[in-house]
This record gives sequence, structure tokens and C-alpha cells, in this order.
Amino acid sequence: MKLPIYFDYAATTPVDPRVAQKMSECLLAEGNFGNPASRSHKYGWEAEEAVELARRQVADLVNADPREIVWTSGATESDNLAIKGVAHFYKNKGKHLITSRIEHKAVLDTCRHLEREGFEVTYLEPGSDGIVTPEQVAAAIREDTVLVSIMHVNNEIGVINDIAAIGEVCRAKKVFFHVDAAQSAGKIDIDLEAMKVDLMSFSAHKIYGPKGVGALYVRRKPRIRLEAQIHGGGHERGMRSGTLATHQLVGMGEACRIAKAEMHEEQIRIGALRERLWQGLQDIEEIHVNGSFDKRVSGWLNVSFNYVEGESLIMSLSDLAVSSGSACTSASLEPSYVLRALGLNDEMAHSSLRFSVGRFTSEEDVDYALAKIHLAVNKLRELSPLWDMYKDGVDLTKIEWAAH
Amino acid sequence: MAYSDKVMDHYDNPRNVGKMDDMDDSVGTGMVGAPACGDVMRLQIKVNDAGIIEDAKFKTYGCGSAIASSSLLTEWVKGRTLDEAASIKNTEIAEELALPPVKIHCSVLAEDAIKAAVKDFRAKHAADQQTAVAVGE
Repeated sequence: MKLPIYFDYAATTPVDPRVAQKMSECLLAEGNFGNPASRSHKYGWEAEEAVELARRQVADLVNADPREIVWTSGATESDNLAIKGVAHFYKNKGKHLITSRIEHKAVLDTCRHLEREGFEVTYLEPGSDGIVTPEQVAAAIREDTVLVSIMHVNNEIGVINDIAAIGEVCRAKKVFFHVDAAQSAGKIDIDLEAMKVDLMSFSAHKIYGPKGVGALYVRRKPRIRLEAQIHGGGHERGMRSGTLATHQLVGMGEACRIAKAEMHEEQIRIGALRERLWQGLQDIEEIHVNGSFDKRVSGWLNVSFNYVEGESLIMSLSDLAVSSGSACTSASLEPSYVLRALGLNDEMAHSSLRFSVGRFTSEEDVDYALAKIHLAVNKLRELSPLWDMYKDGVDLTKIEWAAH
Repeated sequence: MAYSDKVMDHYDNPRNVGKMDDMDDSVGTGMVGAPACGDVMRLQIKVNDAGIIEDAKFKTYGCGSAIASSSLLTEWVKGRTLDEAASIKNTEIAEELALPPVKIHCSVLAEDAIKAAVKDFRAKHAADQQTAVAVGE
């Protein structure tokens, strides 16, 4: 067993060995190292062929046309290109956008930037289950709304939004719909022929591909247009210039091929591991699952251990690689904005851990983790004055704390 | 977060964890911080007739540096007078534990905790002292 055990597949995943193999074939002099844009020789043609195969593999995963896939450096760039690209291109049509409070920062910060440019943004509040409903979106759409951007799966809590239904609402009201699918593609079925989604962001490193590469789906029918954010040689039909990184794209393509072939079987296995983890935690008092339990991707669990602070919990769990919504693990000293938006109080946000299991997690790993978690929670509650007070029946909300 | 060996030592083997009866006249209790901010410290001191702190206990909800700061403080205050204990500065704690800048507030909280405990003890005995003065006259 390799320590610490990796329980942070939501943050990133290791590259699958099959992916690494394909990538390594595109680097050296004897490999496929050419510039896909070189039209005058075999090196260029072969690289182009590899890149186009990869493009088809990405498209196949989400039932799209390869011509609808634009390569980017990752989901952050895809989000930027989608949101700024639409806002700028259609600014004469309207300057209002809709998103949610619990989007990834790549979406939220891009929206903030547009606000500074004079756009207006409505931030929808999810329910306490972390879900944004089609009704909420419908109610927020105005005459001048040009784009709705709602994530498919939330990166902190793993809750799944009904993007098919939100897409129907947007299409009926003739508003473009962008979906950040960085955390859903390769985990749950996405059919872009059926779903009324105009733009969708993807990332390779969440599905056992390399970091530094992603894609943006840009629908052809009905057509949507974007203003480029990166200018240059006119690659990717002018939407995203820059020499294509053959090895990266081939890696993402292979990762998508594997995901498509193995996703259903893998999700069952991963779901069983998550269930094993959850069952094993049941005997700990005062624990709460954050976000809807049923509408979530199979491998994730975000739990708050009341009266225990998240960072110290992580210190006790040094054999486990997990992440926390605690302020102390962030540079900003603010607890997770996602958990806050769900209505959790600061204490519960501080006490949260996110476990995400994946392709290389075993039952043995989960059992080891459970033993460590029990020890750590017991130890820290022994140390916690709040636990004492809770056990003595003191209502902590009635105490006047001196905030500092 | 990369913590110093001293923080890790106090975190792994916290000293003087526990609770004293806060109704006991010889005990002073300081509780500072707030759950919403992610740290709450409860520091208790037991003071003998000579005015010396003979025992100290703590419980802390908070990050590793908060736990280490309060654990260290319980070691430091034992055997000291109330004035000496109340004059411990957060900078001494931060220095001893080599706290990173973002964790300095944990040492501030520890300083607040001992000051609050001393204040609580003195408040309990303010009446006695007045009586003592009255008798002395």
C-alpha cells in the first residue's frame, strides 16, 4: 500500500498507463513529433492525423461531431473562451448572463471580469442539496440575457445538475447554454446530440489524461459564434490559436476512448467503494453529508464531522490525501464558498472533508482510511471544547462568541 | 501546510488536555475564539494560595497551530505567578513554534486565552481581596 493513499480524484487523477504510452509516442525524433499545422511534409500530416483521431475520441465520448471540438489548455481556458467569447460576440444582443453561486472559480471569476466590463450577471442560489433547478433558470432569464452557464457536476460536493432540462429552458427562450463538464465527462453519460447544450468545457486530467489540455464543445447546429480570446496563427478555425500540442491531445483522446469503453463498469465499482466508505462512517456521531446524496457522481463523498476542525483532521489523516472545505487549508482563510452557498454555517464548512475515489482505489484502501478516520475524529473530539459542550447539552448557537 | 517539528510534536502529543471544574474557586477559565472562525480555545488554570499556577488544562477546536499554541501555553504557565502568566506575549509562542505568518492569529488567541483565564480567576476573588483589605484595616 502506497502512503498517503490518494482520495482526491476530484482534484486530479494520475495518467492512465495506456494514456502515457500513447503520449510518449509523440515526443521523440523517431516518434510523431511533427507540427500538425505543417502541410508540406509527412511529419506534419502524421501529427495532424493523430490530433484528428484524438478529436474524434473526445467527440465520441459525448456524442458530438469532431468539428465541434476546439482544443484548449484545460477547462479553465474553455470556460473563459465560452463565456467571454459569447459575451463579447453577442454584446449588441444583450449584456446579461446567468450562472450559479457554486460554479468553479473559472466561471465565477470570468463573470466578475465581465461585470467590470459592464455586463450584468445573475448568480442563482442552489438549494441546500446543491442543485440549481430549470425553474430557477427560467425565472432569471430576461430579454437581454445572452448566456446561461451552469456546471454539470459540482467539484466540491459532486452533485449533478439536470442540464438536459436546463437546456430545454434555454433553447425555448433562445438563450445560449454553457456547461462546465470538467467533473462529469467520463463519469456520467453525456449525449450532446440529445441535450440542448451550446457550449461544454472538458478537462483531460480529471479522467486519467494529462494536465494542461482540455476542450470546448462549440455547437454547429444551431450555430453559436465566439470571439477568440487568444489570437495568432488562426488554429482551431480561428477560435484558439497556438500550435497544437500533439502529445497532450493524443493523451486526452486516449483518456476519452478508455472512459467511453469502461465508464459504466468502472462507475459501478467506484460507487461500491464510496458506499463502503459511507457505511463505515455511519457509527460516527454528528456527521453530515454535504449536498444531495442521491444525485451525485458515484465516487465522491463530502462529509462534515461536527465539532472537529477540518485542517487538524487532515493533519491527523496524514496517511490519506483528502481535501477540506476548512478555511485553514485555503490561502484566503475563508471556508468553502460552495458549502456556504448550500446554507452550511461556518462551523460545518470548517469541519468538512471531501473524499473522492477512482480508478486505482481498492477496498483495502477504503478500510485503511476508515480506521484512520475513526481514530482521528475520536482524538480531536477529545480535544474539542465544543464537543464537551455538545455532550453537556449546551446549545452552541446560543453562546455569544467573540469573533476575531 | 508545512508545520515545524515543534508544532507536530504538540499536535501528536498534546500536553495537559482536560477540563477542570470551572465552579471551583481555585480555577480560572478562559474561553476565546468562535466556532465560525474555525478556532475555540478553553484554557483553565488552578491557582494555589500563594498565587502560583500549579496546574493548567486546555481543550482546543482548531487547526494544528491552534492546538499546539494552547498545548505549549499550558506548559509555560505552570509554576508561574498570575502576573507572569498574563504577560506572556503571542510573539514568544509564535517564535517557539515557528508559526508561519498565516497562523500568527493562533498565538494571539492563546495569549487572549491565558489573559482571560487570569481575569476570570481574579474576578472570582475580587470580593475576597476587598474582604481581606477590610479585615486588614
